[in-house]
Amino acid sequence: MTEPSHRFELDDTTRRKVEAMIEAEERYLAAVRQGSDVGPPAPARLTGRRYFLAAAAGAATGGLPRIVRAKAPAGAVERQVPADPTREQGVPTGEDGGYGSRSQFETETRWRFGTATRESSWTMTPLDRSTGIITPSGLHFERHHAGIAIIDPAQHSLLVHGLVEQPKKYSVAEVRRFPSLSRILFIECSGNGLTEWSKPTLKTVQGTHGLTSVSEWTGVPLARVLEEAGLKPGAKWVLAEGSDAAVMTRSIPLDKCLDDAFIAYGQNGEALRPAQGYPLRLVLPGWEGNTHIKWLRRLEVSDVPFQTREETSKYTDLMPDGRARQFTFVMEAKSVITFPSGEMKLPGPGFHEITGLSWSGRGKITRVQVSADGGSRWADAHLQTPVLPICHTRFRFPWYWDGTPAVLQSRATDETGYIQPTIKQLVDVRGLNGPLGSVYHLNGIQSWAIAADGSVTNAHHF
Amino acid sequence: MLTISRTARWLRVSACAAMVTTGCATPQSRDVPEVGYGAARFNLGTTPTAGEVSHYFSYPADGRGLPPGSGTYAQGENVYRTRCLACHGDKLQGTPTGDRLIGGRGTLVNNSPTKPPMKTIESYWPYATTIFDYVKRAMPFNAPGSLADDEVYAVIAYILGEANIIGKDELIDAKTLPAIRMPNRDGFVGDPRPDVAR
Repeated sequence: MTEPSHRFELDDTTRRKVEAMIEAEERYLAAVRQGSDVGPPAPARLTGRRYFLAAAAGAATGGLPRIVRAKAPAGAVERQVPADPTREQGVPTGEDGGYGSRSQFETETRWRFGTATRESSWTMTPLDRSTGIITPSGLHFERHHAGIAIIDPAQHSLLVHGLVEQPKKYSVAEVRRFPSLSRILFIECSGNGLTEWSKPTLKTVQGTHGLTSVSEWTGVPLARVLEEAGLKPGAKWVLAEGSDAAVMTRSIPLDKCLDDAFIAYGQNGEALRPAQGYPLRLVLPGWEGNTHIKWLRRLEVSDVPFQTREETSKYTDLMPDGRARQFTFVMEAKSVITFPSGEMKLPGPGFHEITGLSWSGRGKITRVQVSADGGSRWADAHLQTPVLPICHTRFRFPWYWDGTPAVLQSRATDETGYIQPTIKQLVDVRGLNGPLGSVYHLNGIQSWAIAADGSVTNAHHF
Repeated sequence: MLTISRTARWLRVSACAAMVTTGCATPQSRDVPEVGYGAARFNLGTTPTAGEVSHYFSYPADGRGLPPGSGTYAQGENVYRTRCLACHGDKLQGTPTGDRLIGGRGTLVNNSPTKPPMKTIESYWPYATTIFDYVKRAMPFNAPGSLADDEVYAVIAYILGEANIIGKDELIDAKTLPAIRMPNRDGFVGDPRPDVAR
């Protein structure tokens, strides 16, 4: 085990990015700590509440309402808290204008990777406090290359052309007329965990794993939309293009397009969020997030890939021999314990239910094992239903902590028989081409070190 | 021919989904709730005009579709200084807001956990056409899509000239651009995963 260190020997650009990421997490943690609640610490302590007056003051004065905070958490409305909610009427029905908000006591948010511009940046999902398998749409991780495009769906269209019999232009309304499907799927950025290749770097599971999220996506099969235009012989690739200021493009093999790809317009029961590609995005189940082109406006069928910037200079995995793997689409099986995880503190020895998430781009998770001794002994965790293919599967494991230092790990197996490797196994095969290794597709086993005082830290333990 | 195979594919998907619901294990289990529409067509969408199609662009490595126009190193230096320098630096060395563009040859072969590789247009990008495609669609960051085709050709001549990939007297156009052999042209391989055996 090595002490987490923030010192990297990096070129200037990469160093600035990693340092900015560390700083962004620190700022978030500092804000949470500053507002930490009065009273017994919850097992998960990331529950910042900032009052003008402490709750104790309210208790001392008896029946007075607790005083509101300076500012409501994002997504919440700050309201006076009555001393006894059974003694006065609550908020009038419809006060929210017809679109609800979360409790003012829930404060977790995505935090932004501290890139130089806010337009080309990303945010991480707070997995530490997640429950179940669905990510709230407002907490879905984001990766934008040129900000969030603002698009009027009435003015938006989808063009299909190239090696097709009949080029087509679809309005958003016409796209929605195709037979629909819904799938509950994870999307994971292939850069998830890029700071963790050579040493433990970020402190929380939000920082190490927060670039994966789950939504129910609703849309129409891409195959239908392509076949409506009629594919010509020789068609092998489809370029998908977004309508943001990056005019994001990726080349997708036709086989995937005709297999399970779809064009989504719905997310968790409503239209896509703007940050997720409103009004149309591509969904390629199990493939790296960058290929799920947001704000989709164009599909060009071709005989060759287009060798776009994103599939050559980025999203390629550079090996020590100087060769880079290209078109590394599939997200392999992975898991992580979300409780307990980095920066939390167990209140003491005794029973704790370990829980976490597992997922595979190749299908269903069939098994998750948990170790409390750094991988020497493993025990099967319980898989919480539903267990869906290409989706987060939540696992649970009853743990009686004896109060001595421990190293918690989880290891996923998917239906192809693939077993999640250790980071060392990955590095043994792929090497470390610099501190960030081959950057993308780190799916190694995560270790959380539990100290005797119950504090939890990010660790490397093989 | 194509229609028949597509029909077969959809039937296969439907059968596969049925197997999942009855508990049969499949190597790639799926829950695609596909209704059996076969190869039906829906007569949706309209035919775009030629202008609506030609408004868009993407240029593969063979350069097909590249627009008319051309540019030189000298013209490109002027474009670079006014449109690119603020983010990419006066020596193309990069700044906090823009990637380094040149240098880094010889840094890709590297198995050091501390020394990073330097991935730039010069050292890493396999095709010069990608520069045209990307600059035309997304650069400069503060005014994406605002460069004329001549300006894009010119700034490529400047960048590749500074990278010593081409001479500073070479003209870049639709014909010469795809013919440029980038230093890392053969640096890419396919995906061998799963690559970790147990």
